[in-house]
Amino acid sequence: MTERFEPRIVGFLCKWCAYTGADLAGTSRMKYPPNINPIRVNCSGRVDPTLVLKAFASGADGVLIAGCHPGDCHYTNGNMKTIKRFKLLQHLLDEFGIEKERVRLEWVSASEGERYASVVRSMTEEIRNLGPLNWKRNMEVIA
Amino acid sequence: MTEKIGVYVCHCGTNIGRTVDCKSVAEYARGLPNVVVARDYQYTCSDPGQEMIKNDIRELGLTRVVVASCSPLMHEPTFRRTVASAGLNPFLFQMANIREQCSWITEDRGLGTERAKEIVAGAVTRVNFNEPLEVKKVPVNPDVLIVGGGITGIESALQIADSGKKVWLVEKEPSIGGFMSRFDKTFPTLDCAACILTPKMVSVGQHQNIELLTYSDVIGFEGYVGNFTAKIRRRARYVDEEKCTGCGQCEQKCPLSVPSEFECGLGKRKAIYRPFPQAVPGTPVIDKEHCLYFTKGVCKVCQKFCPRGAIDFEQKEKIMEIPVGTAIIATGFDVFDAERVKEYGYGRLPNVITSLEFERLTHASGPTAGKILLKNGKQPESIAIIHCVGSRDVNYNEYCSRVCCMYSLKTAHLVHEKTEGKVYEFYIDMRAFGKGYEEFYKRLLEEDVTFIRGRVAEVTDVAQNPSEKGKLIVVAEDTLLGIVRRIPVDLVILSVGLQPRKDAVDVAHIFSISRSKDGFFLEKHPKLAPVSTAADGIFIAGSCQGPKDIPDSVAQGGAAAANVLSLIDRKEVELEPTIAIIDENACSGCKICPELCPYHAISFDEGKSIAVLTAALCKGCGVCVAACPSGAIEQQNFTNRQLLAEVEAVSS
Repeated sequence: MTERFEPRIVGFLCKWCAYTGADLAGTSRMKYPPNINPIRVNCSGRVDPTLVLKAFASGADGVLIAGCHPGDCHYTNGNMKTIKRFKLLQHLLDEFGIEKERVRLEWVSASEGERYASVVRSMTEEIRNLGPLNWKRNMEVIA
Repeated sequence: MTEKIGVYVCHCGTNIGRTVDCKSVAEYARGLPNVVVARDYQYTCSDPGQEMIKNDIRELGLTRVVVASCSPLMHEPTFRRTVASAGLNPFLFQMANIREQCSWITEDRGLGTERAKEIVAGAVTRVNFNEPLEVKKVPVNPDVLIVGGGITGIESALQIADSGKKVWLVEKEPSIGGFMSRFDKTFPTLDCAACILTPKMVSVGQHQNIELLTYSDVIGFEGYVGNFTAKIRRRARYVDEEKCTGCGQCEQKCPLSVPSEFECGLGKRKAIYRPFPQAVPGTPVIDKEHCLYFTKGVCKVCQKFCPRGAIDFEQKEKIMEIPVGTAIIATGFDVFDAERVKEYGYGRLPNVITSLEFERLTHASGPTAGKILLKNGKQPESIAIIHCVGSRDVNYNEYCSRVCCMYSLKTAHLVHEKTEGKVYEFYIDMRAFGKGYEEFYKRLLEEDVTFIRGRVAEVTDVAQNPSEKGKLIVVAEDTLLGIVRRIPVDLVILSVGLQPRKDAVDVAHIFSISRSKDGFFLEKHPKLAPVSTAADGIFIAGSCQGPKDIPDSVAQGGAAAANVLSLIDRKEVELEPTIAIIDENACSGCKICPELCPYHAISFDEGKSIAVLTAALCKGCGVCVAACPSGAIEQQNFTNRQLLAEVEAVSS
């Protein structure tokens, strides 16, 4: 029997909503697969597409960007800029041949611990089904 | 220079240690580049834990520190202080969250440990690129904004004003007083609400340190802790507050009567009115929607009779900009709309009323001068009180509204006292948690009130036998007897719950604060920071945070005042230096960033053809950093190098 594939997901979480929501999931002892490595940023609008590409290039199988619900951004409308940037990012990843399921933009408020847990659960499952991205290894092979 | 990094992996008792092998994480950290010491420790936040870090900084000459423990929201400030007290710049410290987002979310120790190692690797790699930063200190404006003039806002305002600080108290309605001014008696002591509230209202009106802005709304709130600017719209009253003496001539002479909002539509008011006689300020307002002059261009009777010439039909609304250092939001609640529960017949069956309507009926200065009367003018002989209307119900509000059990007992007492009628209380559970509450419940048990445990299925006027004719029949399962009962009564009082105000979402946007799942404002910590919000300098108090009775609201009003005063007395606050900086040599002058900044912190220097940042306006969202095509903008403590290093480490 082969070992089950454990995907590696990098999560960019805004500190006002998503990061606090993720903390709440833990405080409430909700269980979800420990496959996500959270990186705290002030706003989802800080997430430069370069950071997402860096994650894939370094070996990540998936990337989650999570921020405040539209209209609830602590910085007025940073998340609206994230939406626009995210669409461009999806096109770019499509060009690279990266499945669109590997990168997600989700809204998680500071009180939505359960929502965060379920996002990570479904994302882990989806990427597990896709299998490893192996971008890093493939790039090394090409080089 | 090669960095010397110290890594401390906390067990947090068994909180982390149970699902993360902290020893092996520390061992793993020892193998990471530039790590000179890595230790695991039971409680790193304890005094000996902090001492251990300080000793290592001094003796091993650490230049960077990583603590792998709880969320940075919990102890980042603690450990920043620890490293600072040993002489290290606090920003050369990095926290790795292996509790809230690692050990607590899994039962698999193997996976938990693996994840903890990666998170630590991310923090260690990142901390190499952390830079020492200077924390900017800014003075705190001692003036305070309080939004909402209910009992909570009144308490906060008086506490702060009594200490000699200036308070701007903004209230939407024409008078302060809030819901409490509409209540007759208060539980469990049955003391008269007006007797304890109105003296406080008068104190607010007369206080030399309180600027009272009624009939006004906050429409904007900008700035940062210690230095906010509130934008306030003062709606036109059409009565000059300076000239008016509150004599009430205008109200008497006004020919037009309309249903009074204050009386829940049970009584009338004039088109020029004060909501109630003890209103503060005593200046009336003209209701433009109904006033004959505004609607038909005739009348002006009030103007003719005003002895002071205070009526001003030309008055315009005013926008004020007020600088303040801190704010307390005490905007209160809305009562649940009973019409939503169709089966109880509110709005359809005339003698089904809400508890708030009951308060007005039983109030000595209410529409019936304190008499409990049915719509036909007769006194009810039997009365049903239904608990939890709109509360503890997944169809409406899931939460318990906390006050309804107790005010229902009060209602039962008052209605029995006044009508000597038969009183039935339908409850689900009796929640008598406060001081003197259980005793009050005991008292009611002995007062000839029939308690029936069960959620009411419906209230109907369809009689099934002659004894039910002309009555309202309350149908409920008595869960203690295990039978369905039909109780015919004359009057049904619905104990409606509390819910977030309709405009809570707008208030949250204006002040950049969050709301919890139930829609009330979210506190910073449910136990240890109940009146703080995630936004520094902005506090919440009273029922805008969740349903509360009067004692709890007053306690929170006082707590928020203490928080504000502590900030003011500090005189200056430290600002997180996570702001953007622009490298003018790298800036290509593309003009993308000025458009993106929500705070107008970036302007464009046409002469040099570069973007220029005003540091004081920057709030550190980092949107411009991510957008700059030249990589000319960096965010302090979130630089591209720091984030890229962390991303790379946790991805590989």
